[in-house]
Amino acid sequence: MNELAVELEGVCKSYRFFELDDIALQLPSGTIMGLIGPNGAGKSTTIRILMGLVHQDRGEVRVLGHSMPDEQVAAKWDVGFASDDMRLYDSLTLGWHMNFMKSIYESWDAGYAQLLLKKFGLHADQKIKGLSHGQRVKATMLLVLARRPKLLVLDEPTTALDPVARHEILRELTDVMVDEDRSILFSSQNTQDIEQISDRITFIDRGRIIDSMDKEAYLDRWRRLRLEVPVGVALPALPGIIGIRQTGRLAVVIANAFEADLPGAYENSGARVQAVENMTLEEIFVANVERSREGVTV
Amino acid sequence: MGGSFIISQADKRPLYLQIMEQIRQRIAVGDWASGQSIPSIRQLAVDIGVSVITVKRAYLELERDGVIVTRQGKGSFVASDAHVGTRIREQELAQHLEQAVRSAALLGLSPKDLEKRIRASYDRVADAEKESV
Repeated sequence: MNELAVELEGVCKSYRFFELDDIALQLPSGTIMGLIGPNGAGKSTTIRILMGLVHQDRGEVRVLGHSMPDEQVAAKWDVGFASDDMRLYDSLTLGWHMNFMKSIYESWDAGYAQLLLKKFGLHADQKIKGLSHGQRVKATMLLVLARRPKLLVLDEPTTALDPVARHEILRELTDVMVDEDRSILFSSQNTQDIEQISDRITFIDRGRIIDSMDKEAYLDRWRRLRLEVPVGVALPALPGIIGIRQTGRLAVVIANAFEADLPGAYENSGARVQAVENMTLEEIFVANVERSREGVTV
Repeated sequence: MGGSFIISQADKRPLYLQIMEQIRQRIAVGDWASGQSIPSIRQLAVDIGVSVITVKRAYLELERDGVIVTRQGKGSFVASDAHVGTRIREQELAQHLEQAVRSAALLGLSPKDLEKRIRASYDRVADAEKESV
């Protein structure tokens, strides 16, 4: 149960204009990890490295116990990978692709494939070239899900889908968790998807991991405080604060290491705490990236 | 069973609190009877379509509040005291009152002032109910 489905340690990869620096993350079996970060942060490169599609310059990568990229052939039997640039044969039908997968993977679940076909509103005799973008994404997901792999690695599985299709995909992903031995690592620009279905969140920005931890603990560390600051009162510098914005007598304080005694500390300084609010992952995302862009040191 | 759980973005509270509240409601109205076995954390997570860790947190907090109990190897159950429904409503009321006290403090109201306001609210609710009959 405490086995790791994915483990990266000290992974580095340099390109001319981009560098992945000392990436470390652990995905325990039976859990879902959401990979989040701005465009160009290194999410896709990280995913490609752990799939063995890109080779790291340095560092250890283990996927289901296999060392990557050396043992990628062995690892791939149990790993389902889907990304936007997945190649399907345009002139062939979805049914052909399903049969193809069935002929390769023993674990192919034909009944589940039929069910997904219905759920996703797809037809086996449709040619790939006639599919819309959303249908193509759903077709790719079907081909990966029906293999029932131990590990699903999905690069932006919900991007460009309509809300109904998005929910269908998320629903299938959470259904995977019925089985405690299966795991999912997915990246997304949709913070709400990540907030809803991830057990762990890994935040990447500019080729580095900013945070990688339990989602509930992560969300719990962040708070927004609304303060009333009377004339003559100066807000003290307190630990765990990453941003203060004050206009007139109202101030908004963002804490990324919130402790229960923080509101009391502001009250003691003469400010009045009007509200202590939880933050959504979307708000945390923006605060985190703005901080790193402004180069503010904590 | 999880089909009737609602996770809403319009609800500003974290997901685990939304789930806790809906479990409390089920117990308060008797759908989940006292002593009854409830879904495992993983099963409820799958039913609702949220992460296991979020439901785990909701269960842990409900255990702390004495609303549910988890027995090693046997799963989770609604607390087996006859008044668990009432107790949940009591806890809800206590939360609302504490919130009211905090709001009153922001306005600089004395306890006496707050009492008056509560009485006024009582009358307003009573009037509204009379009208709707």
